[in-house]
Amino acid sequence: MINLEDLEKKINSELTTKINNTEIKHNQLYIEIDKDDLIDVTLFIKTNQETKFRQLIDITVVDYPENSQRFKMVYLFLSHEYNQRIILSYFINENEIIPSLTSIFPASNWMEREVFDMYGVSFKDHPDLRRILTDYGFEGHPLRKDFPLTGHSEVRYSEDQKKVINEPVKLEQNYRNFDYESPWEGTKYIREEIESNDKKN
Amino acid sequence: MTKKIKNLNLNFGPQHPAAHGVLRLILELDGEIVEKADPHIGLLHRGTEKLIENKTYMQAVPYFDRLDYVAPMNQEHAFALAVEKILEIDVPIRAQYIRVIFCEIGRILSHILNVTTQALDVGALTPSLWGFEERETLMTFYERASGSRLHANYFRAGGVHQDLPHGLENDIANFCETFPKIINDLESLLTDNRIFKQRNVDIGIVTKEDALDYSFSGVMIRGSGVPWDLRKSQPYDCYDQLDFKIPVGKNGDCYDRYLCRIEEMKESVSIIKQCLAKMEKGPIKSLDGKISPPAKKDIKQSMEALIHHFKLFTEGYRVPKDEIYTAVEAPKGEFGVYLISDGSSKPYKCKIRAPGFSHLQSMDYLIKGHMLADVPAVLGSLDIVFGEVDR
Repeated sequence: MINLEDLEKKINSELTTKINNTEIKHNQLYIEIDKDDLIDVTLFIKTNQETKFRQLIDITVVDYPENSQRFKMVYLFLSHEYNQRIILSYFINENEIIPSLTSIFPASNWMEREVFDMYGVSFKDHPDLRRILTDYGFEGHPLRKDFPLTGHSEVRYSEDQKKVINEPVKLEQNYRNFDYESPWEGTKYIREEIESNDKKN
Repeated sequence: MTKKIKNLNLNFGPQHPAAHGVLRLILELDGEIVEKADPHIGLLHRGTEKLIENKTYMQAVPYFDRLDYVAPMNQEHAFALAVEKILEIDVPIRAQYIRVIFCEIGRILSHILNVTTQALDVGALTPSLWGFEERETLMTFYERASGSRLHANYFRAGGVHQDLPHGLENDIANFCETFPKIINDLESLLTDNRIFKQRNVDIGIVTKEDALDYSFSGVMIRGSGVPWDLRKSQPYDCYDQLDFKIPVGKNGDCYDRYLCRIEEMKESVSIIKQCLAKMEKGPIKSLDGKISPPAKKDIKQSMEALIHHFKLFTEGYRVPKDEIYTAVEAPKGEFGVYLISDGSSKPYKCKIRAPGFSHLQSMDYLIKGHMLADVPAVLGSLDIVFGEVDR
């Protein structure tokens, strides 16, 4: 496919029911699908002679804690042949297990491990789903929005025990997140305090 | 009577000079043959992506220097381009040339480091001594432009932080005259060197198919004969106005990748020369006061400039709600930023796609069946820097 409009039409006509929405933006094609169609859609865009998305660039997740379907899975594909990019996405619930792409793209192995490590999303049929970037024995999933920036535990060398130990984080001063966005109305916590005082009175 | 033979497990690193940083590689050895390699990464994980989510767009830039710390500005470039595309702002032409010059300097920095340390891994000491002298010169160029040898924090959405100081253009031009001789010297030490060739030719061969399947990019894919370079295929900034060639390998082994890197350095010198010749005086950052901070002298005179300055350095500029992936051809391959903005002054999500991550992942596939002594050679030709692998 020479241009993105043709590619969009092609994908929509070939995969009709599997595609929920397509959009062309910033010279890339954004496709929304359902979780169950992931393998079919990926296989199609990889093997079809007119698409040839031979490379999986990355897999990532976006966390929207306030949504009922919390995680948005994002897959980035690249076609060298036609010089095009696809961004494939779908929403899942927090505890949903999703299909692994390792049988189609060997490169997805570590990418899925990273997703598992950072967001706690589990993959079905993954050959080796271990944590990858965090420490041995780490707890929690750091890139979730409800994981604090300062973390839960810190490590240090203990002179008494002669080994490296884990302790809860102790900070001289807590991380302060200033709200600069509406400086004329006062920051959020002050407004809340004023409001609660008003109610009491 | 039968004897039981057990495979030996060997810990390679995390403190090993040929591990190029903090890689813990668990090797399963049958005699001297590697049966399996299991890289354990994350020892340099600093949570860059999490930190960026809690910083304004301008504050996020320094984190990109700390990813691939041998070519810092190339990473900043990817982030700057992503924000520029969402904000739909134009970059003045002089800023584009400055950015390309410094990206190519970054490429030379990275390739010198890689070529010479790879030679060091296989037993040649001299190249690294010669190469590092040139890196030092290049880092003084970084320092003169940005104030810092390594962690430049120089690129901004809409241009660069400040104009080049007086005389720097001349000095970079002089460097471009002398540097090709250094490359030739390095080549005379390595290219036809019998020991270097014995250690690299036909080692760590990657086929075209596998290079695609394992998401290789940069020299790793070009070494296997795929002519793919984002500077040509998806040009950004002023690369489409420059004339340069893309060296492509034939066999996909460590030696071809070494040759590609040497040729790329020569091309980079030519790109820098072209930029210097075409560059004219002019603005070096976007003229939009809502994006670029005002000049110091304006702050003293103009109320509006003072307000802009205050707002930019407290709240930062707001970026409309959008989702974008931009990639640049970093020295090590495709470095991408997947950015989600939510209309506030902080990114909602910033995923960093590091080329080294995919390359290191294939270690098991590359090294299976090779000798233990080939591990440093293959690792060296992968061009791994842990800042970007671990993020």
